[in-house]
This record gives sequence, structure tokens and C-alpha cells, in this order.
Amino acid sequence: MLAYLIRRLFAAAVMLVVIIMVVFGIFFLVPRWAGVDIATSFVGKQADPAAVEAVRQKLGLSDPIYAQVWEFFKGIFVGRTYAAGGDVTNCAAPCFGYSFRSEQAIWPVLTDRFPVTLGLALGAAVLWLIFGVAAGVLSALKRGSIWDRGAMLVALAGVSLPIYFTGLLSLAIFAFGLNWIDASYVPLEDSFSGWLGGMILPWITLAFLYAAMYARITRATMMEILGEDYIRTARAKGLKEQTVIGKHAMRSTMTPILTMLGMDLGALIGGAILTETTFNLPGLGQAVLQAIRNQDLPVILGVTLITSLAVLFANLVVDILYAVIDPRVRLA
Amino acid sequence: MSIPAQSEGTVITKGDAAPGEILLKVSGLQKHFPIRKGLLQRQVGAVRAVDGIDFEVRAGETLGVVGESGCGKSTMGRLITRLLEPTAGTVEFEGKDITHLGVSGMRPLRRDVQMIFQDPYSSLNPRHTIGTIIGAPFRLQGVTPEGGIKKEVQRLLSVVGLNPEHYNRYPHEFSGGQRQRIGIARALALNPKLVVADEPVSALDVSIQAQVVNLLDDLQQELGLTYVIIAHDLSVVRHVSDRIAVMYLGKIVELADRESLYKAPMHPYTKALMSAVPIPDPRRKNAKSERILLKGDVPSPISPPSGCRFHTRCWKATQICTTTEPPLIELKPGQRVACHHPENFEDQAPQDTVLLSVAKEAAELVSDEVLAESAETSAAVAAEVAAEVEVAEDAAPEASEDEASEDEAPAKEK
Amino acid sequence: MTELSKTGAAVGEPTGTSPAPTAFLEVRDLKVHFPTDDGLVKSVDGLSFQLEKGKTLGIVGESGSGKSVTSLGIMGLHTAGQYGRRKAQISGEIWLDGTELLSADPDQVRRLRGREMAMIFQDPLSALHPYFTIGHQIVEAYRVHHNVDKKVAKRRAVEMLDRVGIPQPDKRVDSYPHEFSGGMRQRAMIAMALVNNPELLIADEPTTALDVTVQAQILDLIRDLQKEFGSAVIIITHDLGVVAELSDDILVMYGGRCVERGPAEKVFYEPRHPYTWGLLGSMPRLDREQQERLIPVKGSPPSLINIPSGCAFNPRCPYADIPKDDLTRTVRPELAEVGSQHWAACHMTTEQRERIWTEEIAPKL
Repeated sequence: MLAYLIRRLFAAAVMLVVIIMVVFGIFFLVPRWAGVDIATSFVGKQADPAAVEAVRQKLGLSDPIYAQVWEFFKGIFVGRTYAAGGDVTNCAAPCFGYSFRSEQAIWPVLTDRFPVTLGLALGAAVLWLIFGVAAGVLSALKRGSIWDRGAMLVALAGVSLPIYFTGLLSLAIFAFGLNWIDASYVPLEDSFSGWLGGMILPWITLAFLYAAMYARITRATMMEILGEDYIRTARAKGLKEQTVIGKHAMRSTMTPILTMLGMDLGALIGGAILTETTFNLPGLGQAVLQAIRNQDLPVILGVTLITSLAVLFANLVVDILYAVIDPRVRLA
Repeated sequence: MSIPAQSEGTVITKGDAAPGEILLKVSGLQKHFPIRKGLLQRQVGAVRAVDGIDFEVRAGETLGVVGESGCGKSTMGRLITRLLEPTAGTVEFEGKDITHLGVSGMRPLRRDVQMIFQDPYSSLNPRHTIGTIIGAPFRLQGVTPEGGIKKEVQRLLSVVGLNPEHYNRYPHEFSGGQRQRIGIARALALNPKLVVADEPVSALDVSIQAQVVNLLDDLQQELGLTYVIIAHDLSVVRHVSDRIAVMYLGKIVELADRESLYKAPMHPYTKALMSAVPIPDPRRKNAKSERILLKGDVPSPISPPSGCRFHTRCWKATQICTTTEPPLIELKPGQRVACHHPENFEDQAPQDTVLLSVAKEAAELVSDEVLAESAETSAAVAAEVAAEVEVAEDAAPEASEDEASEDEAPAKEK
Repeated sequence: MTELSKTGAAVGEPTGTSPAPTAFLEVRDLKVHFPTDDGLVKSVDGLSFQLEKGKTLGIVGESGSGKSVTSLGIMGLHTAGQYGRRKAQISGEIWLDGTELLSADPDQVRRLRGREMAMIFQDPLSALHPYFTIGHQIVEAYRVHHNVDKKVAKRRAVEMLDRVGIPQPDKRVDSYPHEFSGGMRQRAMIAMALVNNPELLIADEPTTALDVTVQAQILDLIRDLQKEFGSAVIIITHDLGVVAELSDDILVMYGGRCVERGPAEKVFYEPRHPYTWGLLGSMPRLDREQQERLIPVKGSPPSLINIPSGCAFNPRCPYADIPKDDLTRTVRPELAEVGSQHWAACHMTTEQRERIWTEEIAPKL
């Protein structure tokens, strides 16, 4: 188990380096090959040539590529300075880039917004796991029944309806029509009930989409597992049906669900753009959208990096959980 | 190789090898599957699936290969048909070294060597009609049989006992036994000289098994085929084979003609294997005493035991068995055995009499009658051989050299 | 298709009016039918037999003969895994030690399962849960039926593993199934089945997935354990060698019905059904001189949706034309006594069969 853990951690570390290199490549190498002036895009199109030149020097764009990569890495792990003559800008670790336009490091911007997105993703995940998995299991057990067909119809709707539709619909009904809740975002530190009120609709909307997917995959997996020999063995032992399902079948069903959860959470932590925009939540997704609108490249770079890292981290957690669930994985 | 002869059905002009001549010769054949681990996929070991085997197949005969799972028999089949690349050793077909032939070098050979697989369900493409499946070898080889592919395929279908009108049906429309017939028809399409069948009947029901066994039999007689039949079922192997190789952990432990092997097996493993087969005779239900129960399981082919690989489960194992690997030598005409202390024959390492402690444990599972009988026969044979040697020495001194050196061989290696 | 109406009505109706039998296990006219999109699959279609404690019944048949479904029916597992609309239909009576199982409360049957009747399956790798240790799975089997704490149950598990011949049972109890070899897994499976001292043990192809030397070990173990525990054993297999090794009585199934039943000696030495002859003739035998040729049964096993009318075996039977009036193709033969405790379902007269067996079949085997 320990060996497995070490191997996984080592693999994650290697992956981390690869991810950083790829991100660097996307933002600094590809544009260069495409003939785009990176400095200009960092400053903005209407910038004066002097500012562009300063940024070019600060980013070390005329240095050899390995030096640039080194600086990039150094920034992430120990912080870096951008210097052009006497003009020195400090960017403390972890330096996920620096916005020369707003004269601020990106990391604090991201960390400001991160809790919002994290809260949204985790809250929704709890909801969709509970409802999605439960609906999937019930559907599998009552295959072909009215319940099964109904649940799968709802799931189909959930998968196919876009967030901005369900989101706006729920806003229109619950926040504006019935006036049950105040849907504006309140930070958790300010008021718990206010935060809850602001988050509940985004949670439900986001969870609806994912619950639908999870219900479908749970149903399919569960039906497959129920046909396994070891489930028959469990019954042959005289176990109660709830033990057979709840313990023996559920344990196996968890594996694919966990895989999906890792991927989905990782991706969501990088910003649920549609949900955040629909509900006007000041999360990472919204930051990305604004950055795209303003052509604020450093922010996009920062968010790209943080998203990749979130996926990496989530997968690491899933890998470790795998080993807890399935003893065979520990050997691999 | 000429194809046209095929359409005449029964009269087939075979290639170069006359019956009894060596068609396939395998020496020192090895296949190690590397085990890679870690990020760098370093090789940390190897599954020694086939670990140095020698045998030959004569034209027109059936060589049966038996052994338990993991003994390397299937890998061996894939090596001699060159579906796998050997790690070491040579495979000669009709005197030509085919060990390292590339894809194009193998192409003409693919006509002569064909394979039948165990699972008639997964070895046929479900999206192709059986006409396409059986006709595929012609297309791959770019051969047009006389009368066209369709006619030839229909002839093949009737040869294997299927309705030629079912040419356009799909594999799922056939039962397991019929699918195995389709597999056989496909193998026969190019009029091969050697057919390697890997567990050809083990996925089939008993009554269907017999149909397929008889079909293989008939085809051999009619077409003069040479078979290598790989199976775990000893009764099936005995029924179909002229000679039989017994494999254990990547090695051939005994290779003999059918009669000798079943009447007087020499390797303790062969003896145990045969005694383990349940006998369909309720009157012998309580004849448990004849059975040799082996202790535990087959060791891992990743790190096979030293010396004789069977020594960890053998009730006759002594010190020499743990240190020296017994060579596969012909103790009796037509019976090759790799054992220091063979059954039904003179002990090859008589000086080594102290049983290993594992052997003592193993012997507890073997009844006294079996032990007594084996000691008796061994002694008898030893006396017989000694007498023969004396006679031979008197008559022609040089003739005895072989036997004498065989007797000494293990001692020398020590 | 004339028999369709006859059987269709009986299926699904609650029975259990006849008096309780004296045998330890008695199955009466058991039918297990599975509705599918293609039609009704009559896996078991009217099967009856008895079994006493301490005795072994061997059920022989090819794939699709209904032998496994019979065992699942007895265990009450025929509907297991069948969630949704089309439930298996079961009818007839299964008496276990004075209790009729088909009309009993499902929870009562569940409590008998694992305690009174236990089962060993064909493939021990897939029959054990890959995520739980061997010990956990045995402890679980014990604790469903015994109100003891985990420690006591684990001691019992170690004891059972030791009994079935697993070395270092106190260590191996914490191993996972994938850490065991095939033979060890089947031993663990047997330990699990016997942990509650069941009076009926059903072994469904217990050695089919195993190598022959391991098979010998397992058969030996089953035989010893039966002597020790005195349970009734049903062994289901396609291998006549395995039944001959273990069984007192043999039941030959074909197309969901019993075609021949009797003491093992009788079935092997005086078989009275052409299908049994076919099985015996199909099998190469190590204990005899080399046969020149096997005598296979022509054709393939029947589809259970479309069982041939009359005798299910008639399309494959070389003697189908001997009985007059096309009887074999129109009337389904019932089991009739052909000797003491020996029944066969065939339209030929006993004398005809005796003659064919002794003159035509036996000499060729």
C-alpha cells in the first residue's frame, strides 16, 4: 500500500512538471511559432511600444527558451521578479503569472475567487452524489418499472438541458417569481445563511446536470454488478437483500463513480463558467470569462494552470481511494 | 505448393515430407514474457512460459501436448506457428529455419501451418459471414482455387460436415460445435501440412466434443494432415495422439508414444497427472489408493524451482533434484523422460537416496501400494536393463556406450 | 408444440397441497421458466427426485440442460439478479427437511440459505468478492446465521480454512481472493459453504475451472467433508468421471427434464436411455483400452424455447423410429421404472433398450 502511494505521488509529481511545461508551451511557444507578439498580448493591443518593450524584457522573451522555462518554474515554486532596467516587479511564490495591465500578481486574484468555486463544486457534488447514485441504484433494482423509466427520463432531461436554461428557469421561479430566496452571493465569512441562500440554486442547477449523468452510469454499473457471480454467492450465504445490495454490490459500483467524480470535480474546480455566469457568482469561471473579454492573458494562464493542477490533484485522490476500495489496485 | 489439387477433394498430393519424416523440429525453444514495472517500465523479471524445449513432429502423426494451466503449452503452440516470436531456440519446418522469419517470409508458410483455437465464439468475426471467414485465407494469400472461392468454401463446409448452403450465414447462427467446425474449415482452406489445435474441444459439450474429435480424425486420414493438439484433458489427448509430450512449468518432462506413456509413465508428474483423472466408473469409486494427490499448486513460472521443476511437489525428490536439472533423454526406445528417479525404470541417480522433507510430506499423500509398486517396477526394470547391458556388452561393446553414459550423466553433472 | 398448453398452466400456480415427504430433500415436478423477448425459456420442465442425508446425487447434463437452474431453484436463487418485470416462473414443490421452500416466506428461505443449504460455484475467482478478504467473506457467512462477535467468527473462519487444507490459515484469512491460487480459492469457497454445517451442499461444477491435479484434491476434499459432516450433496457436472467418483445416485438431464435416474452403478452399467448411451460413447476413457472411434451424439442440444415435441431427444436419437405410431415425436415419454430405483424416460420397451445396450452399445465402449 505504501509502495503504491509513493509510486502514485511520484507519478503525480512527474505529471505536475509535464503540465507546467505544456501550459508554458501553449502560452509562450505556440504564439511565437504562430507569429504573435507575446509581449503585446500581455500588455494589450493599445499599449505604447515602450510598455511592450518593458514587458518583453520583464518576461525575458528574448532569452533562450530553457531560461524562460526555468524562470516560469521558479516563479511557481519560489517566486520570481520581472525586471526591465530599473523597473522591477516582484511576484511571490506561487507566481501563476502577473497582470501587467492591472499591476498585480494573478495568484491572489485566483485565491480570492477560488473558495467560491470550490464551495460551488463541492456542495453540488454532495447533492449529485446523493441523488444521482440513489436514483441510479433504485432504477437498477426496479428495472423497467415506472420509477425506472421516469427517473431515466428526468436524467435524460438533466443531461440534455443546458445550465443557463435550468439555471435561469430556477432563478425565475424561486428567486424572482416565488421570491423564496435571495439569490445574490454572500461570502461565507459574512453570513452563513446568506451564503447558503446564494448557493442553493447554483448547487441544485449544477447538481441536476451531474446527478443525471451519475444516475445513468450508476444504473448501468449496478445492473452489471448484480449479474456478477459474487453477488449470487452473497445471496447464497443467506445475506439480507439490503446487505447484498448495500455492501457487496455498492462497493463495486463505487469504482467507476469515483473515477467520474475525480474528473468532474477537477474540471469544475477550474471554474464552472456557465453556472457562475448565470448566477453571478464571483468564482474562477467568471474570472476567466472576464479575462477573455478583456484579453487579459495572464489571468487565463493562471486559471489554466490552476485547473490542470486541480484535475491532477483530484485524480491523485481518486487513485488513492481506488486502492482503499479495490485491494487488487495496490499491486499495480 | 499447388492449390488446384484441392478441388478433387480426397486425393491430395502432399508436399515434400513423406509420412514419418520430420516435418517440424524444435530445439531449445524459449519464450520469456518480460514483466515490466514502475514508471520507467524497467524489466524486473520474466514469465518463463516456455523455457527450453526440444521435440519434433513427424509428417502424418499427431503429437499431443498436455499439461496444466501455466505449463506453457499454449505459448508453445503460438511459437511453432510463429504467432509469437521465440526468445531463443529454433523452429525448423521441413528443414527450413523459420525461427526469425518476418511477416513476408512467413507468408508462404502460413499456408502450410494453420491453427485452430479453443474458443469458437471469439475466434470468428461476428460481422462476417462464414463464407467470408472461410474464404479469407484465399484472399490473404492471393490464391484463387479452381472453380472460384465460393465453390471451394462450399466444398470445405461439406468436408467439415456443415451445410454448404449456409455460406451466407453469420457465426451467431451456429452452435458451439458448428462454430468449431467453421474454425476447422478455415484452417483447412489452404491445404496445410501442419495443423496446430489449441484446446480444440475443451469449450464444447461432451456429445459435441466427440463429433469434433472424430472429425479431426477423419480429416487426418483423408488429407494426410499432421496435428499438434494441445489440450489439458488427458483422455482426449490419449484418444487423438500418436505421441504425447507432457509439459510442466515450461519444460517437457516426458515425451513418449501413447502406449508407453499411458501404460508405463516414467515421470512422476505424468503418473500423478494421469492418476488424477476421474474415472467414469462407479465401481472404482473407492479405488482411491491408486490416486497420487499432489501437494499444493504449480509454482510460478516467474521464478521456477531450481533443478527439476517438479521437485517441490514430487514424492521422490532427493538432493540432486534441487540442484541438477534432469535432461530429457531417451530411456526406452520412443520414451524420453527428464527425471533422476523415474517410475517404471531404473533409477538415474541411485546414489542419491535421501528424500527431501517436502518429498516425505508429498509421499504421505501417496498410498503405500503405489509406492511399493513403483519401487518394485523400478527394481525390476533396473535388473532387466542391467541384464540387457551385459548381453549387449558381450555382443557389441560400442552399442552399450549410450546407455552407460546415460546412466552416468546425472552423476557427472553433480 | 402440443405440450405447450399442458405446461403453461401449471407454471406460477402455488402448489404444496400434497403431504410432506419423508425424504430429506424431495423435489416434485419442479419447473423453472424464464420469460424472454424470444419466448419462454423452459430451463427446468418437470423434475422430481429425492435425496437422503449422507448421500450424493450427481446431476449430469450438457450446457442448457437445466442442471444449474435446478440448483438455483432449490436455493431460491433463480430470481436473483432478475430485477425488473420478467421474473422467472417457478412451480412444483421443494421439500427440505419437512419445509416446502417454494411456498415458504422468502425471508424464511433466506435464513435457510447458507445455514441448512449451501452452494459452491464453478469459478471461485468470480464467485468471491474481489474487494473483501477471504476471512471477511467467511466471517460474514457465519455471522448472518450465528449471533457471535467478529472475533469468534474469525476463529471459526481460521478453523474452517485449516480444515479445507489451506496452509497457514491464520495468515491467509486476511488475504484477498486474487492472492490465492485457483485451487485455494475453491477450498476457501468450500470453507465458506461449510462454515455453518449445512445439511445440504450443492456443488455446481466445482472443479470445471480447475486443473486436473487440483480437481483431484478438491474431489477428495468434498468426499472427506461429506463423510465428516454427513450432509446431503448434490454435485452438478458435465463430467461423467466426476459424478462417478462422488455420486451414489445419478440423474441425467436433457432439455430441462430428467431422462434417466438411478444408482450410479446402474446408470453406468445398465443405462436405459439413448442419451445416456450417447454421453458414455462420446467420452474418451483413460481406464479402457484405446477406443478406435468415439460414438458421438449427432446434432446439437435443443433450444429451450423450442423444445422438440414428444421426446426432447428425438431429433438426435438414432432409435427414434423404433417405437410405433411416431410416438417419439408426438408424446412426451414419462419416467418409468426400468429396474430397482432406476427410472428412464423412453418410448422404447425396456427389452428393446436392454437388447440395444448389450448388443450394440456396450461392446463398443
